[in-house]
Amino acid sequence: MKTVLTVDDSRTMRDMLMMALKDAGYHVIQAEDGVHGLETLKAHGADVVITDINMPRMDGFGFIEGMRADPDYRGTPVLVLTTESDAAKKQRARDAGATGWIVKPFDPVKLVDAVRRVAA
Amino acid sequence: MTEDPFEAIKATFFQECEELLADLEAGLLALENGEGDDETINAVFRAVHSVKGGAGAFGMEALVRFAHVFETLMDELRAGRKPCDDATIKTLLRASDVLNDHVAAARGAGAPVDEARSAGLVAELEALTHGDAAPAASAAAPEADEDEFGFKPVQFDPMDLAPAAAPATSGGGDWRIVFQPNAALYAKANDAGLLLRELSRLGEATVEIDASGVPMLDVLEPEEGCLSWTIRLPGAVDEAAIREVFEFVDGDCDLAILRDEAEAPPVEFVAAPVAAPAPDLDITALLAAAQAQVQAPAEPAAPAPEPAPVIAAPAAEAKAPPAAPETAANAPVAQAPVTIRVDLDRVDRLINLVGELVIQQAVLAQRVSETAMIRATGVGQGLEDLELLTREIQDSVMAIRAQPVKSVFQRMPRLVREVAQMTGKQVRLVTEGEATEVDKTVVERLAEPITHMLRNAIDHGLEKPDKRVAAGKSAEGQVRLAALHRSGRIVIEISDDGAGINRERVLGIAVEKGLVEPDTQLSDEQIDNLIFMPGFSTAETISDVSGRGVGMDVVKRSIQSLGGRISITSKPGEGSTFTMSLPLTLAVLDGMVVSSAEQTLVAPLAAIVESLTPRAEDIHLVGGHTPVIRFRDEFVPLVDVAATLGFGIGPEPASTGVALIVEAEGGAKAALLVDAIQGQRQVVIKSLETNYQAIDGVAAATILGDGRVALILDIDALVSNTRRSVRKPDLKLAS
Repeated sequence: MKTVLTVDDSRTMRDMLMMALKDAGYHVIQAEDGVHGLETLKAHGADVVITDINMPRMDGFGFIEGMRADPDYRGTPVLVLTTESDAAKKQRARDAGATGWIVKPFDPVKLVDAVRRVAA
Repeated sequence: MTEDPFEAIKATFFQECEELLADLEAGLLALENGEGDDETINAVFRAVHSVKGGAGAFGMEALVRFAHVFETLMDELRAGRKPCDDATIKTLLRASDVLNDHVAAARGAGAPVDEARSAGLVAELEALTHGDAAPAASAAAPEADEDEFGFKPVQFDPMDLAPAAAPATSGGGDWRIVFQPNAALYAKANDAGLLLRELSRLGEATVEIDASGVPMLDVLEPEEGCLSWTIRLPGAVDEAAIREVFEFVDGDCDLAILRDEAEAPPVEFVAAPVAAPAPDLDITALLAAAQAQVQAPAEPAAPAPEPAPVIAAPAAEAKAPPAAPETAANAPVAQAPVTIRVDLDRVDRLINLVGELVIQQAVLAQRVSETAMIRATGVGQGLEDLELLTREIQDSVMAIRAQPVKSVFQRMPRLVREVAQMTGKQVRLVTEGEATEVDKTVVERLAEPITHMLRNAIDHGLEKPDKRVAAGKSAEGQVRLAALHRSGRIVIEISDDGAGINRERVLGIAVEKGLVEPDTQLSDEQIDNLIFMPGFSTAETISDVSGRGVGMDVVKRSIQSLGGRISITSKPGEGSTFTMSLPLTLAVLDGMVVSSAEQTLVAPLAAIVESLTPRAEDIHLVGGHTPVIRFRDEFVPLVDVAATLGFGIGPEPASTGVALIVEAEGGAKAALLVDAIQGQRQVVIKSLETNYQAIDGVAAATILGDGRVALILDIDALVSNTRRSVRKPDLKLAS
């Protein structure tokens, strides 16, 4: 079973991601912000990571950069959650090393599809 | 939790909204007090953003629209494009109130949103967002296109550009896709293999690999994409589906999607759509990237380049904001308290069980002492240890239910703003001791009296700005709301720096309403406390604010029903302070265990002023039949508890019994006549309504060490019943 780490400060979002991903057969672990995300990743590892951008302590950009700076997670795919048409944020996330993106509010089918596309 | 998971998430959302809205308000108040910084603005932004995000997921459109306008202004503020001045913060505070209303409306709780007010704030927020210009867009405007850096990125859609770069004829020939990843593709953990896998899901694919680009091993640059692929797919496959496969790698690869019979350009690649000039890339960053590429540690060369050291990351680092990821990660971060969420039912069950444990422990102790088991056996010591342990368990379990009063306090700023607006007064609310903890049930029941007292403080306590200025005070009045622990109870203080109580007027009104005799000599303190008498109201006109026919007497009663007390101190010209003290929990009670007509009863210790043995000469009959007793120069009714509750007759004559002087509603005192006092003890409260039925004069029940049920007296009811001389029908106590 593949493990997906979701990083989002909103419990609602985390729960929604959890519901969609669990139904699709993924094991889901959660973190509340970038710092917690990096800690969780180090402690448990993950096959795919989904992260929000706006978060306290460390935002999504910092989190992705942190991942990419770590040889262990340089190759782990990361999907960012962005709002529709926010081209600048999407670009910034890609510059930080994001593999792909999911547009909020997300459709569970598209979410799972995006995860499948980047998961080895 | 077997409910619909979607509904469960929705419930989570609303719960989260409460927290977010509280954070939002706390942040705005901090900004208002000049205590905020950039992170405060960021936190406020995030709160609104999260509310909007969740609301979007549930299709709550009105909420999303309002949150969006709010968020857009916050985005301007956090980018520093608009000043976060006092007027703006005031507007934001009012906007947070309306956001609250929108959330409540979406939840189906609370009244529908005041559309006019909401629209008015939307206009105000937009005016602030767009400077002085008239609000341009409607609330339904889509996401603002401006990014955080203040310029408009060119809207770029690969779908529009790509066909121009790789013209696909409309013929039905097979697709030929030529794909060569760049290093950037691997740097983002995309994987050419996965893309090929995705393509093969679309239809029967044939894949050719072109390894001709792989250089000799000694010059091989592992970060570079050296391989390219040509994939053929049946013509029936939808082009959009093919492009979607490459959605995430757009700009990170050379890509040509061609129809076979089309005039394919010579093998050279059509430049793949170049992403809109990345806003953050500059020459320095590119140089840094190039440098990094050169210096990157070589990884074992694989036939297909594996995810390789990154070029994008150093590029990003070069322009990374001061809070670079590593620093942020390594910086000592305030560790958030580790918490778990537990269903309240479970906690309550645990509390109940511990209550039983406490009772059983008492039963056991009593049995042991009855069988006169010798101390030498060690049983006695064991029991004592058990008792200590039980107490500790009880305290710990109670602590689980303890909650900071913050949840109540944070509702008050809005109330204060609204009351201030209604009364035309300027008010600053200062709160202290928000972290003070008290049992959840107490917290919940604190809101009403606090609300009422704050209203009262602003409406009656504070003067209008002009009067204040005339009195040499600042135009803005201050109301202070504080919580603290004092001798095992929680104390809530509400003070204002207003005019203080006008004793002359209070006394005048009390006399006029027949509450006191005209020639009564009262101390200042007694006069101040007249305002707690039923039916007393000092407002010159019944205002919208604290009128409503509810006086301080109601506040006092609701506090007393919680086992609390309230008092007031006041200094003319300097203000008044209301002090209420409440027990920390409603699950246990400090009680005086007494016996009356062979029954065991418990009187709440908090209500008892004094206990005494009545002397025959102090007892008098008023009107020939109502007994009163002299207590410190006043006469208080003497209540035979057994007779009042109807299960027997109390001590005859009264001087053979014990009188408990208790104070009830409105300060009315009474002397409860019982046979004897057994002792003072903490008892576990058991609801009578749940287990039997409500009985007038009885607040609850408890189980004593000998296993018998003892009723806990409802002092207020007893006293008022006596005053109305109501006799209850016979009531036999179960024993």
